[in-house]
Amino acid sequence: MNGFGLLLLRDIRLALREGGAIGIALGFYLMVVALIPIAVGPELKIMGKIAPGILWVALLLSALLSLGRIFKADFEDGTLEIIATSSLPLELSAAAKSLAHWLTTSLPLAIVTPIVGALLNLDISAIPIIVLTMLVGTLAISFFGSIVAALTLQTQCGGVLIAVMVLPLYLPTLVYGTVTVSIALTPPGSPWPSFLLLCAISLASIVIGPCASAAALRHHMQ
Amino acid sequence: MKKQSLIQKLTSPTIFMDTSKTILPVLSFLATGMLLVGMYLALFVAPVDYQQGHTVKIMFLHVPSAWLGMMGYALIAISSFGYLVFRHPLADVSARSAALIGAAFTLLALITGGLWGKPMWGTYWVWDARLTSVLILFFLYLGLIALRSAIEDECLASKQTAIMAIIGVVILPFIKISVEGLSVPWLGITLPSWNTLHQPPSVLRSDGPSIHSSILIPLLVNALAFTLLFFAMHMKAMRNEIKRRKIKSLAIAEIERTRSQGTAAEE
Repeated sequence: MNGFGLLLLRDIRLALREGGAIGIALGFYLMVVALIPIAVGPELKIMGKIAPGILWVALLLSALLSLGRIFKADFEDGTLEIIATSSLPLELSAAAKSLAHWLTTSLPLAIVTPIVGALLNLDISAIPIIVLTMLVGTLAISFFGSIVAALTLQTQCGGVLIAVMVLPLYLPTLVYGTVTVSIALTPPGSPWPSFLLLCAISLASIVIGPCASAAALRHHMQ
Repeated sequence: MKKQSLIQKLTSPTIFMDTSKTILPVLSFLATGMLLVGMYLALFVAPVDYQQGHTVKIMFLHVPSAWLGMMGYALIAISSFGYLVFRHPLADVSARSAALIGAAFTLLALITGGLWGKPMWGTYWVWDARLTSVLILFFLYLGLIALRSAIEDECLASKQTAIMAIIGVVILPFIKISVEGLSVPWLGITLPSWNTLHQPPSVLRSDGPSIHSSILIPLLVNALAFTLLFFAMHMKAMRNEIKRRKIKSLAIAEIERTRSQGTAAEE
């Protein structure tokens, strides 16, 4: 098996055995979604209308929580330097770690969305499209997020800083994710153009993310 | 010794300090003069709009601020590119100095926009497409400033901020298009805007400006005045930053010196 696959498997295994990471993200997702009806008032009609937007925002925030982990532990114990000196280009290593973050954090969040959505009176017919947009959109979340995770490795106030820096990067994904869902729910008009744009942004993030985070990681290890 | 090229000469910090010493007063004087002329034109010469009344005068502050907010980010991006590629310290000084000034102009554009929006749209803030993209631009500025101040090692902070600035420039078109929509008739592309109430750009248009010259001329004078002000402040901030770095390296050298004297005395 090549280095990329090994690194990917290692990171997935670490995330699963650590246990906490996925649980915390899922718990936080549920928590944010549950707080909204309490704050806004439990009117089912309003809930159903704003459900896709709330789910998207909650998903972004939950995925944010674990961004810091992508490189932190490996940087602190020196593993990252061994990874950097291996034959695998640092860009691919960064891609493997971002992909591992996607598989262990963003993907589970997208998968539980139909269940969490039930709390918000989410229309059953909206579930396939919202899960589809999330499956695609979360790629951008992990890959753009890895850039900021790499940039902020040597800072004290990691979490808040990551949030401030990364949210503007998520804006196009959020816009096209929610626009696709809302067009799909109001029949005239096809949701596919905005869905394809969402795919385009995710694909761009897969290219931009690893290159930028590898550049940032190199600065840390000079 | 190899002869330095003109660019190399102009960008060396010592020569920058020398030339900026003579340029800065001239630039400041020009900026002040233009501002006075611009404000006079805006407040006393430009006609009052028959619909908007005197609130239209906010435009003379609002539009230049918005332009400079965007220009500031472009300046940061170019400087960051120069720093990452050529490792030139002056480029980093420029990027660092432009961040706060650009952020201030962006904030000014948002605030004046709100004040203008209240009588026009009946509310200080609407989630209009162009307002939103300026707000996101402000967030990008905040991210840059926060990242630089959060990393203790100044050299590392410069490099990482430069990467973030370039990522910001890469992502800005995505943000702008996703929020404001896009229309390219000759390619048959039309993307709807996310939500808009704001008037479309009315000065830079292919079929000529859509503003009457009695308003356009004061606006352009003001834009020029604020641009001069931006560069004057930027140059001053760069001078301060270079001085700060000099003082810091002198202080470190002083500590090193006393420490080596101390060890020499012990021996």
